[in-house]
Amino acid sequence: MSIYLTSLTAIVGRDFLRFFNQRGRLVSALVRPLVWLFVFAAGFRAALGLSISPPYETYINYEDYIVPGLCGMILLFNGMQSSLSLVYDREMGSMRILLISPLPRWWILFSKIIASTIVSMLQVYIFLMIAYFYGITFNLTGYITVAPALLLGGMMLGALGLVLSSLIKQLENFAGVMNFVIFPMFFLSSALYPLWKMAESSELLYKICAINPFTYVVELIRFSLFVQLELSSAIIVFVCSVAFLMISIWGYDPQKGFIQRKT
Amino acid sequence: MTHGIEISEVNHSFGHKRVLDQITLSIKGGTFCALLGPNGAGKSTLFSALTRLLIPTQGTIRIQGNDIHKNPRPALSNLGVVFQQQTMDLDLTVFQNLRYFGKLQGMSGKDLNQRIDQVLNLLNMAERSYEVVRTLNGGHRRRAEIARSLIHDPKVLLLDEATVGLDPETRKSITDDMHKIAQTEGKTILWATHLCDEVGDDDQLVILHNGQILRNGQTHEIANGGSLLDVFLSLTGRDQA
Repeated sequence: MSIYLTSLTAIVGRDFLRFFNQRGRLVSALVRPLVWLFVFAAGFRAALGLSISPPYETYINYEDYIVPGLCGMILLFNGMQSSLSLVYDREMGSMRILLISPLPRWWILFSKIIASTIVSMLQVYIFLMIAYFYGITFNLTGYITVAPALLLGGMMLGALGLVLSSLIKQLENFAGVMNFVIFPMFFLSSALYPLWKMAESSELLYKICAINPFTYVVELIRFSLFVQLELSSAIIVFVCSVAFLMISIWGYDPQKGFIQRKT
Repeated sequence: MTHGIEISEVNHSFGHKRVLDQITLSIKGGTFCALLGPNGAGKSTLFSALTRLLIPTQGTIRIQGNDIHKNPRPALSNLGVVFQQQTMDLDLTVFQNLRYFGKLQGMSGKDLNQRIDQVLNLLNMAERSYEVVRTLNGGHRRRAEIARSLIHDPKVLLLDEATVGLDPETRKSITDDMHKIAQTEGKTILWATHLCDEVGDDDQLVILHNGQILRNGQTHEIANGGSLLDVFLSLTGRDQA
């Protein structure tokens, strides 16, 4: 096996070991979307009427509508959580061990993104399984076709997490990420309400939602659960992934990046 | 003979503050070189430059003849590092930590497991292999880190205040072991410290202060029959930390 693959398996393996060592993390990662599904969605079901819009072919319950958004929520929180762990690694020093390996830095960062995405995907599938028993089901093929969408979306959010981790100086600043990145990205997207609904109440908010890349992650997941490819979303998510990865490579460059004074 | 470490006219500044000032230093293969300097002398910045965690404003650094900036891969694969800060994953076992690092160096399978046993034996840590790092005492954690730095059999070892916070007996035992490893394994060792008792009479000694090299030679020459501590204090003009 080449050094590239060996190191990739090492980084993915370590993230898995850490994930399973922190059992509370799995529980909290699942509690968040499940509370939205069981409590929030049940409450709003009566308040919100959703007309038929693609990929849906009939009227749907609100719970059905927000499941793809909640899958996106898991990817979003996990992507940010992994960037939190990178800041922690840097403060604790273990980041140095990664950065002094003889591999190109872009590969190390790419491997970190893959590792965090695989952990996210595992959580999404556990969530979809619970949703299945709750009565929200998709075609069996949908559970397969959603995998590449989750991979791409997870990579975009993981790469965004890397960019943030190269910008954040200290662990304490991470609370700011919650307020200024995670919440706006989640609420200003199509995760909880369709964009046309948002346009009805505010044109400005609609425009913000329409330029939020997280909206396209959610839509990519939504369509792929119905075995459809939303090509424009796929392209936007792919382009954003590459852009975030390139910024993070720059951010972690020892000569040019943000990281120089923080190692 | 190739030098283990060659540093040539290295300068580095953080803003207006110059932290490394015209550092030029060669360490021959198989030499134990003590880098002695008070806290804030620039030792850790020099280590960051030697490990490519930062690229100095000016100057070149070669590890086993490979320029760390232009040719980082062979340079880094010849380098084993123990940082001042502890860098083990506390929730994993010693074995898991070593295996993770070995894989980052491209090692795998049986070879890697054998090498882990070998280095843990060398550092008298074999019986700690399956203990979680969090449960180890400071001395054992340090030994585990040194073992990890040796996994890929690097020619050059960098240790940045590796004995910080340890009791005198443990410090002496680790320092003695590192001298032995330099001799028996032929490693080039750069040992940063602010403690004179860790420096041997026959070691190459470099005294660093305010980012400048004040002395570079054999310890007994620099001490010149007197006490190294006195020489060090008179050069740096401060008490030993």
